[in-house]
Amino acid sequence: MSSLSASEAFLETPPVDVPAPLSVRVEDLHVTYRASLERRPTVARRLRRLGRGERVVREVHALRGVSFDVLQGQVVGVVGANGAGKSTLMRALAGILPPTQGRIEVHGRVSTLLALGVGFNAKLTGRQNVTLGGLAAGLDREEIARRYTEIADFAELGEDFMDMPMLTYSSGMYARLAFSVAVHMEPDILIVDEALSTGDARFKEKSFARMQELCAQARTIFLVSHGLSTITQLCTEAMWVDKGALVERGDPAKVVSAYRRFLKVGATAVTQEDV
Amino acid sequence: MSDVQVYTPFRRGLPRLGPYAREVWARRQFALELARTEIRTENTGTGLGQLWLVLNPLLLAFVYYVLTSILSGSPGGAARLAHIMAGLFLYYFFSSAVIGGAMSILSSSRLILNTAFPKMLLPISVVLVSFLRFLPSLGIYAVVHVLAGQPVRWQMLWGVVPLALVLVFATGLAMLLATVNLYFRDTKSFLPYTMRVWLYLSPVLWLPEQVRGSLAFLRWANPLFPLLGSWSEAVVEGRAPQAWMLGAGAAWAVVALLVGAWALLSREREFAVRL
Ligand SMILES: Nc1ncnc2c1ncn2[C@@H]1O[C@H](COP(=O)(O)OP(=O)(O)OP(=O)(O)O)[C@@H](O)[C@H]1O
Ligand SMILES: [Mg+2]
Repeated sequence: MSSLSASEAFLETPPVDVPAPLSVRVEDLHVTYRASLERRPTVARRLRRLGRGERVVREVHALRGVSFDVLQGQVVGVVGANGAGKSTLMRALAGILPPTQGRIEVHGRVSTLLALGVGFNAKLTGRQNVTLGGLAAGLDREEIARRYTEIADFAELGEDFMDMPMLTYSSGMYARLAFSVAVHMEPDILIVDEALSTGDARFKEKSFARMQELCAQARTIFLVSHGLSTITQLCTEAMWVDKGALVERGDPAKVVSAYRRFLKVGATAVTQEDV
Repeated sequence: MSDVQVYTPFRRGLPRLGPYAREVWARRQFALELARTEIRTENTGTGLGQLWLVLNPLLLAFVYYVLTSILSGSPGGAARLAHIMAGLFLYYFFSSAVIGGAMSILSSSRLILNTAFPKMLLPISVVLVSFLRFLPSLGIYAVVHVLAGQPVRWQMLWGVVPLALVLVFATGLAMLLATVNLYFRDTKSFLPYTMRVWLYLSPVLWLPEQVRGSLAFLRWANPLFPLLGSWSEAVVEGRAPQAWMLGAGAAWAVVALLVGAWALLSREREFAVRL
C-alpha cells in the first residue's frame, strides 16, 4: 500500500487492521414466550383456574442468555436443532420480539425474509403481497413501484404468477419471491431464515451471488439454515444455538463439524433410549 | 450508519409518543392499502360482486322497517323508513368496525410475528374498511331521502360531525377490544350479541324522543344515543342537532379513543409473545 501515489491512497478504503464498525450487539438476551396452556384462553377457564389456584400461562424460555457482537459485512450462519431458538433470535434482532431480559443494539435497517417467507396473506396475489410487505416495512409507493420490476425479474415466476393468489404457488415459488423482496429492500442487515432450502439449484446459485453482492456493500447477513454445506460455503462465521444458548461460535467449518458431531451423538443416544 | 435501534425488556407503559406517531404516519399508506386490498378481494367470487356493499344494508333496513311496522301495528310511513335507514347504515358501519377491529390483531398473527410495525395500524385499517364500505350506502340514503319527501336543507351538513365522532368512537373501541381479545379470547364470542342488544338500545328502530320513564337513563348511559340521535336529527330531519348531544357524543368519542390507544400502546410490544 505504501507504493501507492498520494491521490490513489486517498481513494483507498481504510486499511485492513481498522475493525469494521459494529452491526449488531446482543447482551445476555433472554426471550420467553407466554403460551396459553389451553388452546384458547377464555374468561370462564381463567375463572375456574383462579379457583384452583393454577397457573394460567405456560412460559417457553426460548432464549437463555445469548451474547455476541457482529461486525458489518459479515455473513453469519446460524445452525441448531429444531426448536433451538434460531427463529426466535432472528425475530428479536428484527425488533419483533421484545427481550424478556438483556439488550439488543442494532445499527441500521433490518429486512427480514421472515416478512414474506412465512406467508403474509396467501389469498392475495404476489403483487399485492409485495406492495403490502414494502409498505409495512416503511417504504413509500414510488420506491416500491421502482423496485417492483427488479423484484419480479429476480424471482422469475413469470408475469402471470405475480397476479395470481399466492395460494397457487409452490413452496419454492413462495421462497423465491420472499427472498427477492428481502434482498431488494436495500437492508443494512438482512435476515434469511430457512428460505433457500426449497429453491432449486439455479435459484440457489443466483441468491448466493446476490448475497455476496450485498455483503460486498458492507451489509450484514444472518443466514439460518439446516443446509450445513450452505453455511460453510457462504458464511464468514457461524453460530450454533442449542436449547436457547449459544454453544459455539467462530469459523464456519469448525462450528459445523462440531454441530455434525453433536447430531450424530444425539442420534445414537435416541436410538439407545428407544431400545 | 446513523440510525441505531436499541431493544430492551418490555415494560408495561406507553412508548415515546412522538416517534410512535411518526412511525404510524410513515406507514399510513400501509393501512390504506390493507383496507383497499381487503375490499377488492372480498365479494369477488359472488355474482353481484361489489353491489353487495350497498345491497346488504339496504335489505337489512327493509327487514327492520317491516319488523317495526308489525310491532307498532302501523306502516309508519316513509319518514320512519328514512330514519331507520340512516341510523342502520351508520350503526352497521360502527358494529362491523368494532367486531372486525376486535379480531384484527389476533387474525394478523403471522404478519405480527414476521414484521416490526406499529400494531395500531391493524385496527385502524379495519375501521377504514368498514368506513369505505359505508360510503356507498350514503348514496342509497340520498335517493330514499328524496323519495320519502324529507326536507333537503343545508343543515343536513351537520351530519358530518356525528359521523366523524362515530368514526373516532369506533376506532377507540376497536383498539381496546383488539387488545382485550388477546388476553380474554371470549371477547369475540360475546361481541355479536352485545352489538345486537346495543342496536336495540340505540335510537335506530325508534326515535330519540321516544325514550321516557325508566328508559331515560339511555340518554346518558349509551354513547350511541347522542351520536346516532344527532345523526338522525341532522341527516333525516335536516335540522341542527341539539348541542348536548354533540357535546356528549364528542366526550364519549374522545374518552374511547384515549382509553383504546392507551390499552393498545402500553401492551403492544408484548403482543408478539402472546399470540
Ligand atoms: N409463538 C410461539 N409461542 C410459544 N412458543 C413458541 C412460539 N414460537 C416458538 N416457540 C418455542 O420457542 C422455542 C424456539 O423456537 P424457534 O422457532 O426459535 O426454533 P428454531 O430454532 O427456529 O427451530 P426450527 O429449526 O424448527 O425452525 C421452541 O421451543 C418453540 O416451541
Ligand atoms: Mg425456525
